[in-house]
Amino acid sequence: MRLTYFLNFEQNKSIRTNMQHIVIIGNGIAGITTARHIRKNGSDDAITVISAETDYFFSRTALMYIYMGHMKYDNIKPYEDWFWTKNKIDLKRAFVEKVDVRHKKLLLHGGEQLAYDQLVLATGSKPNKLGWPGQNLKAVQGLYSYQDLESMEHYSKDLKKAVIVGGGLIGIEMAEMFLSRNIPVTFLIREDSFWSNVLPQEESKMISRHMHEHHIDLRTSTELKEIVGDANGRVRAVITTEGDEIPCEFVGLTVGVSPNIAFIKDSEIETNRGILVDPYLATNIEGVYAAGDCAEFRQPNGERKPIEQVWYTGRMMGEALGRTLAGKKTAYRPGHWFNSAKFLDIEYQTYGWVFPDPKEHEADFYWEHKSGKVSLRLRWDKNTEKLTGVNNFGMRLRHHAFDKWLKDGRTVSYVLAHFRDALFDPEFFKRHEQAIVDQFNLENNTHIQLKKKSWQRILALVS
Amino acid sequence: MSQPDPSLSIANPEPKDTDALQKLGLALAGLGTLVLFLSWGNLPIPHTLGLILAIGGILGGISLYSYRFYMKQPPGIKNNGVWFKSLINRGVLGWIVGVILTGFYVLLYWYPEMIGFKPEGNEGLVAMFDPLSQFFKSTSASQWFVYGTLYTLAIVSLGVKFLFKYRHSTYQIKRTLSVMAAQLLMAYLIPEILAGLNYNDVTTQEGEYLGYYNTDLKNTWPLDYDFFYDWQLDAMQEEAYQPMGVLFLIIGIAMFLLVTPILTYYVGKRWYCSWVCGCGGLAETAGDPFRHLSSKKLSAWKLERWLIHGVMVFVFIMTAATVYGYFWNTGEVFGLNIYSTFQQPYGFLIGATFSGVIGVGFYPMLGNRVWCRFGCPMAGYMGIIQRFKSRFRITTNGGQCISCGNCSTYCEQGIDVRWYAQRGQNIVRASCVGCGVCSSVCPRGVLNLENGPEDKRYDMPPIIIGNDSIQIDV
Ligand SMILES: Cc1cc2nc3c(=O)[nH]c(=O)nc-3n(C[C@H](O)[C@H](O)[C@H](O)COP(=O)(O)OP(=O)(O)OC[C@H]3O[C@@H](n4cnc5c(N)ncnc54)[C@H](O)[C@@H]3O)c2cc1C
Ligand code: SF4
Ligand code: SF4
Repeated sequence: MRLTYFLNFEQNKSIRTNMQHIVIIGNGIAGITTARHIRKNGSDDAITVISAETDYFFSRTALMYIYMGHMKYDNIKPYEDWFWTKNKIDLKRAFVEKVDVRHKKLLLHGGEQLAYDQLVLATGSKPNKLGWPGQNLKAVQGLYSYQDLESMEHYSKDLKKAVIVGGGLIGIEMAEMFLSRNIPVTFLIREDSFWSNVLPQEESKMISRHMHEHHIDLRTSTELKEIVGDANGRVRAVITTEGDEIPCEFVGLTVGVSPNIAFIKDSEIETNRGILVDPYLATNIEGVYAAGDCAEFRQPNGERKPIEQVWYTGRMMGEALGRTLAGKKTAYRPGHWFNSAKFLDIEYQTYGWVFPDPKEHEADFYWEHKSGKVSLRLRWDKNTEKLTGVNNFGMRLRHHAFDKWLKDGRTVSYVLAHFRDALFDPEFFKRHEQAIVDQFNLENNTHIQLKKKSWQRILALVS
Repeated sequence: MSQPDPSLSIANPEPKDTDALQKLGLALAGLGTLVLFLSWGNLPIPHTLGLILAIGGILGGISLYSYRFYMKQPPGIKNNGVWFKSLINRGVLGWIVGVILTGFYVLLYWYPEMIGFKPEGNEGLVAMFDPLSQFFKSTSASQWFVYGTLYTLAIVSLGVKFLFKYRHSTYQIKRTLSVMAAQLLMAYLIPEILAGLNYNDVTTQEGEYLGYYNTDLKNTWPLDYDFFYDWQLDAMQEEAYQPMGVLFLIIGIAMFLLVTPILTYYVGKRWYCSWVCGCGGLAETAGDPFRHLSSKKLSAWKLERWLIHGVMVFVFIMTAATVYGYFWNTGEVFGLNIYSTFQQPYGFLIGATFSGVIGVGFYPMLGNRVWCRFGCPMAGYMGIIQRFKSRFRITTNGGQCISCGNCSTYCEQGIDVRWYAQRGQNIVRASCVGCGVCSSVCPRGVLNLENGPEDKRYDMPPIIIGNDSIQIDV
């Protein structure tokens, strides 16, 4: 049946006699986007989305805002509850203990079984614990799930000091969360400044300065050695590799995440660190797919890592897989890399690739405003002059512009001359493009002149 | 999940050390408010002193407090603890303030004598404002003068607070300075000065009352629903008021016929709703802490479209009847009494109850833009232009949205901004007042209020940019 289904995918779907049951494990961005795009592309197959975490899809990226009191759980649900019934997407709250690919069924916690025709694994990640002594004490945890958030809330009562280990995006979010409740934070990072394994030095320094401004006690080049508990089994201090003992009642472990795939380890689905997939997000087992944080590409896409653990990639995989499952076989072909984050008060966006150090064939330009909170970095190919990446802090840039310019292989001079088309800061904000171009001209002996913003060109960027 | 107990403290949980200056600010503002209440209770406070204490205390106190409070923190979004506070989270304090505000409006509209307004000689709260009214126009205060003064005080003092709170955003700063100035000058000082110069509201020495017309330039029909009422049209043509009277008549007509559609075409209805309007001014300043209470449900949007356009049709019919009655001097249209069939119900239901009592009194329950969203006919009129014939849109920045929900949560108009942003679609909605807060609170730089060509203003992208999984033929 499946075969004819795929062979006929071009034809009217009404010739299909059998409705299939598509089961998606995981109601995160990858699983939910898959489900939505199956519907969007006209399939009326039965869809069940299973999750053990919450009844409804929520935005994981917004968990911090619940703790900080910016939003409630209801606010971080991107769709109202009626949306799922209306789109005939069944939601099921259950934990999948085993996948039986031979009989095409799932074993749920409690003994229930569920049969599927097509299976999507979109099970996300879990926080890493690197085997430290004391890592299983009470009030030692990562931040990934809704339950993690509840636990953080629980341990925040009478919390006098928190230590966060590992300087990535989730770490700084956790720090911001505690600051919002006036809980002092000590931040241990292995590197010599914040996130310097991803950010070039100047940007990394900028964020480190900003953390100090917010009174975060940032301890660079410092690692965790041991976590010490009290009589009740709750953390009371951490000991660093330097031998310092820091008293604290909470330890946040934010040293990265790994695919959450323990429950399929003894199935026939092939895994490495994640679930191995081809460009169509198909696993080695026919009719079983994986998407989002838990998927690992056998062949990485360009400079991208084989496991992509960001919101946007989960969404794009879901878009592609949804089409495939609706009968329009579609490969996951991510375009140019983009990402964004906010470090306390400083926003960050990036398009293309900006590595901490320029690659051998790359040239580099960096401009920073005297406030120390706005910056721009450009990287381009020395030989062809083509732009390869941009980092912007404290300044917003138009995704469409950079996506198109990178696609069209525009040179750095072209990009700077047309920079006004890409500005995305709100009206009346102080503009920096002239200062940027002046510095660039000075450093590179060029005579680039800024062009006026043109709506005609901007609209043409929207491909 | 277990939320922290909503505390009764207005300032919880916030930076812990309220320093001496902050406390002084709070004390001053408290004192000013107390003086208002005491004078209402007829406590014999010398009027001028009381007035200075009340206005100075509230303005100075709030400014001082917010200066210290916000300047101690780095500039940025300040929404910590919004959902934990009783006052702005439908808690006990919220209800208390709601009841007080609602009660105040009821007294103001229907029982002004209970706040001290007595034609034979004011008492209580209204009497305290006599010196100020005397100063401007040599008459004793009316309840409306008191209301206008307090309203302006609220916009200016809480506007100052807003300026500190959003000091990182030039858009918010300019917009707020604009609503503050519009209220202070156009709605308050200019009208009072014109009255003082005998261009309005004059009783001659013979005791003849020459009439009153609205001299708040920005208060445009149809929001100003009585613009075409006979007493207003007569007053504007009153000889003693020339040339001001006719000037206001001409400007008033030009405002809704030309200025409004043209500006709305170029920049969206925001030029009015969040840059100029008095109702918008109060909503954006005093009402700002309540913005997250607006309902984002689809059902609320449906209700909104019925209500706001219903009110708009009502005001059109009422005004048509009024104008007919004025020129043909019938007092009736199709056998219906114009006053009792049209004007009186509109004035009672919409003018007073909806825009005043519910519109402001219910801030702590329904958010700060209840009137602007569900009722205002001016917003309805401009909304239609904004939706169908305007260069304004909120541009979504490609695929950068993480569906976090900050934009929708803090949209005072209850627009589910995220619904569009997460699909990479621009936001073109009749109700958007262009406050720009969605753009400010977005942590990923996704939203930008822009004026650009109408073409492609709200195209729906087939797939979000950044994903080349399908190629689109262009
Ligand atoms: C605090 C935080 C902030 C972040 N901020 C950003 C950001 O700003 N930008 C960005 O790009 N990315 C961000 N990320 C990363 C991003 O959220 C993830 O990449 C993304 O949510 C992964 O989506 P997913 O659909 O693959 O998996 P998930 O969202 O993890 O969904 C998987 C679901 O499957 C369920 N599940 C797993 N196994 C089973 C089972 N056996 N039975 C039943 N259910 C199961 C899980 O409980 C979970 O609900 C952030 C992550 C965190 C934790
Ligand atoms: S959509 Fe944005 S700008 Fe428009 S009213 Fe809502 S928050 Fe304000
Ligand atoms: S605030 Fe920004 S990132 Fe969050 S949902 Fe709205 S547009 Fe998306």
